[in-house]
Amino acid sequence: MVLYDIRKNAYYDSVTLMLISKEIKQIEGVAEVLVGMGTDLNKELSSNLGLGGEAIDGLSPNDFFIAAEVSNEQVMAEVVETVARLLTQKKASGDSVYRPVTLNAAKGMIPELNLAVVSIAGQYAEDEVDRLLEENIHVMLFSDNVSVEAEKKLKQKAVDRGLLMMGPDCGTAIINGIALAFANVVKRGPIGVIGASGTGTQEVTSLIDRLGSGVSQVIGTGGRDLKSEIGGLMMLQAFDALIADPETKVIVLISKPPAPEVAEKILKKVSETSKPVVVDFIGGDIEMIRKAGAIPCISLEDTAYKAVAAANGETAADFAGFEMSDAEISKIVDHAVSGLKPSQKFLRGLYTGGTLADEAMKLLGNQFGGIYSNIPLSPEYELENLNVTGKHTCLDLGEDQFTVGRPHPMIDPSTRTERMLKDIDESTAIVLMDVVIGYGSHENPAGEVADSVRKLKAKVGAPVVYVASITGTSGDPQGFESSKEQLEAEGVIVMPSNAQAVRLVGKMMHALAQKEA
Amino acid sequence: MLELINKANAEAVDRIQKAQPKVVGIGVALNDIPGMTKKTILHAGPPITWDRMSGPLRGAIIGGLIYEGLAADEAEAIKLATSGEITFDSCHHHNAVGPMAGVVTASMPVWIVENETFGNRTYCTLNEGLGKVLRFGAFGEEVTTRLKWMASILGPVLKEALALHGPIDLKTMIAQVIQMGDEGHNRNKAGTSLLIREIAPYIVMTSYSNEDKIDVLKFLNSNDHFFLNLTMPAAKSALDPAANIPYSTIVYGMARNGTDFGIRVSALGDRWFTGPAEIIDGLFFPGYTKEDGNPDIGDSVITETSGIGGFAMAAAPAIVQFVGGTPADAVNYSTMMYEITEAENIAYKIPVLNFRGTPTGIDIRKVVETQILPIINTGIAHKNAGVGQVGAGLVRPPMKCFEDALEAFVIKMEQEGIL
Amino acid sequence: MSRINELFKQDLKVVNMGLESFYNDLKAQKVETIHMNWRPRAGGNPKMLALLKRLNTKK
Repeated sequence: MVLYDIRKNAYYDSVTLMLISKEIKQIEGVAEVLVGMGTDLNKELSSNLGLGGEAIDGLSPNDFFIAAEVSNEQVMAEVVETVARLLTQKKASGDSVYRPVTLNAAKGMIPELNLAVVSIAGQYAEDEVDRLLEENIHVMLFSDNVSVEAEKKLKQKAVDRGLLMMGPDCGTAIINGIALAFANVVKRGPIGVIGASGTGTQEVTSLIDRLGSGVSQVIGTGGRDLKSEIGGLMMLQAFDALIADPETKVIVLISKPPAPEVAEKILKKVSETSKPVVVDFIGGDIEMIRKAGAIPCISLEDTAYKAVAAANGETAADFAGFEMSDAEISKIVDHAVSGLKPSQKFLRGLYTGGTLADEAMKLLGNQFGGIYSNIPLSPEYELENLNVTGKHTCLDLGEDQFTVGRPHPMIDPSTRTERMLKDIDESTAIVLMDVVIGYGSHENPAGEVADSVRKLKAKVGAPVVYVASITGTSGDPQGFESSKEQLEAEGVIVMPSNAQAVRLVGKMMHALAQKEA
Repeated sequence: MLELINKANAEAVDRIQKAQPKVVGIGVALNDIPGMTKKTILHAGPPITWDRMSGPLRGAIIGGLIYEGLAADEAEAIKLATSGEITFDSCHHHNAVGPMAGVVTASMPVWIVENETFGNRTYCTLNEGLGKVLRFGAFGEEVTTRLKWMASILGPVLKEALALHGPIDLKTMIAQVIQMGDEGHNRNKAGTSLLIREIAPYIVMTSYSNEDKIDVLKFLNSNDHFFLNLTMPAAKSALDPAANIPYSTIVYGMARNGTDFGIRVSALGDRWFTGPAEIIDGLFFPGYTKEDGNPDIGDSVITETSGIGGFAMAAAPAIVQFVGGTPADAVNYSTMMYEITEAENIAYKIPVLNFRGTPTGIDIRKVVETQILPIINTGIAHKNAGVGQVGAGLVRPPMKCFEDALEAFVIKMEQEGIL
Repeated sequence: MSRINELFKQDLKVVNMGLESFYNDLKAQKVETIHMNWRPRAGGNPKMLALLKRLNTKK
């Protein structure tokens, strides 16, 4: 039977409710459940799950509901009680400081508000951000599902007022040394970073920290900034700010290849400053960057190396290899590949960070007969129905098809865990993963991966090789060392960067191909 | 448009802040309440017909008719009530307010409160106490006897005492009780105490017998909520001058009749915007549950409308024991109300909020925009006539009232060519 | 100097609208911050939003 519990005028944020949904589903007697606000999306999701009904049709986004398919009313009572308990737990663990409903009230509490972090549903974001910019408050807009027109309007307003409007879909920033949303604890230093990609920025800044340098400011622009419709408005604005910033001695730009006319506008700015400009247009036109007087890069890791070198007044050659010696690398490759059974043929890339997945795909290229993906390098390698059997695959689990009604895999590792338990079997040779720590991420992503590896070792009757890298620093709440230990305890090979992990996997796949020949 | 509204609202709030409510005397409904007749029965909330009335209100009307001698018993009273001979009307339409059923009949003694700043007057009956009382819909000998004593002894004694004392400054008294743990709606212990302290010597000075004086003092002392029947007309007297200000979206009246909840908005004049009165969720006295409660009833929400009552909950943390919350919740509720009001009260200050003035001047625009509804502290009546109070809790008006009012406001602005 | 460069010299004072975890992370970094009890304006009701917008015109 499908039963409902409704609470009008009670608002809870989406991630809290999704995580609660997860727990409720485990109650015996619950076949299906949705705990959410009365948004159109949730009503649709409920319908799809067979939980739709008149009771929820009339609800507004301000009303909270539980829709559950349960074996009987007692089960529903337990569901309702458990939800109430979980919600109060959240409340109890919250502080007792007043939470204002209006921006006016917020300003009454902190008169000199200078930054807003906005992660509400995209359809409401435009209006709220507009009001914030009106008040001359800088904005970090984490929300996606904001239209291109809205983005353009808001960014233009921000540019007119000399404000930051980072986003939409901006997941990473570090302003005045404070990690915002998904960002790592990185030492302060002379390198200023402007990134249109979240995990790309996290990887570069984490490596800058590990190479002994630090960042002055890390400004996110959102993923669409460098498309022709937006024209790089925020990257240009941020560029100007970093040029004028006395603490910034080196400027780093990170993005997927921009639209050509936008790339031109940005690169033209390089000549406006004598500060070294290091540019990673991930897989983009290297010559164009060099011609503009900037320093091009071949990977996120390479970007970090070159930025640190520039900060030290040096130049660096392309970092295209490994930190370990060739001998050590050969040993690892041989040991891994020699143990593989004949049935083990395929690569399974399972990524939570989109840019890291993209970097992996680009570095591996088409060498091994093509790698299928939900973000393929070319359309013929699009994965049908997300069914991985019989081919090399590399999935970006943060993409839309995996995150409908679920938190992002960086927050909730269960998406990847489920995928691992499903996709990895005796036909799997190598598994390649990113482990992203830092603020915003799950409290122990490495632990979750290690757990899954342990389960799989018991389940799969073949010695699968696990290769991973950790995007993070020793200053991160999860602890870089502790994360590394947990992974290595389960035999995961932890490489110092995504690029090196991918390169190692490349070598293993070569060796595997030769072995099969 | 925005400027016009903001200016009008500032004017409305200014008038409310300037109020100087004083108790100037005790009168009799028939003589002092405008438009009162021998066959008029006033009640709490927006206008309502007999067929739609809830149990406590019908019971109170029955009791009122018996008390006035217009009917001998319940059956006769009902016949009379449904005959068309009795005029029912909102207290609010006659410058009056009444708690719970709020029934006012011709012979009842009434407080006369005057807002000295604007000269307007408001009226309210004297509070009967708890248990089997008219305002919870009780009728019968006990009720009638008490009402008759109130008309023949209580009222006249207080009238004479008041004449000897002179007008009582309610604004100052309410300001004091807000700092003594009262909020003026559901907690009135301090107010009743201050009133007794103020008037007691003058009761002694009146020409009545010792026995009568003792009965009066004991009666006042037995009823913690006696002061409520003064906070209510004080609030109304402060709010009425804020009515009929063109372009103002400030709420100058809120009231319930046990079936409907109604609000009145300054620019929209006399019009009531109604929605279904809600069932109150709260703490129930042993033996009673939510199912026993009548929907929200009474004019006492005029206190919240003026910035005290539930809006001053932070000043009365003891209230939260009734609603199963914590003192921190009380602070939170008051703090939330600032987001839907125009100003902070210059007289009524809340110590725990660093003596911040209570949230004053509810703006319908802010209510609709923030979806924060005014919070009301209220007693819960049993849905059957005459049983009495069964609990206390928190309740809100229906959002419909504010949405309808907002729509009506926009239509009016269109009709006047402003929009 | 643009407001961005001014921001670089100030202590961050942040208002968080949305996911509570971001607010908790800010507090963990000792940032002066408020978490808003955010809810869709007018409950997302398009009719009410339109009415409110009409009253918001500058005159």
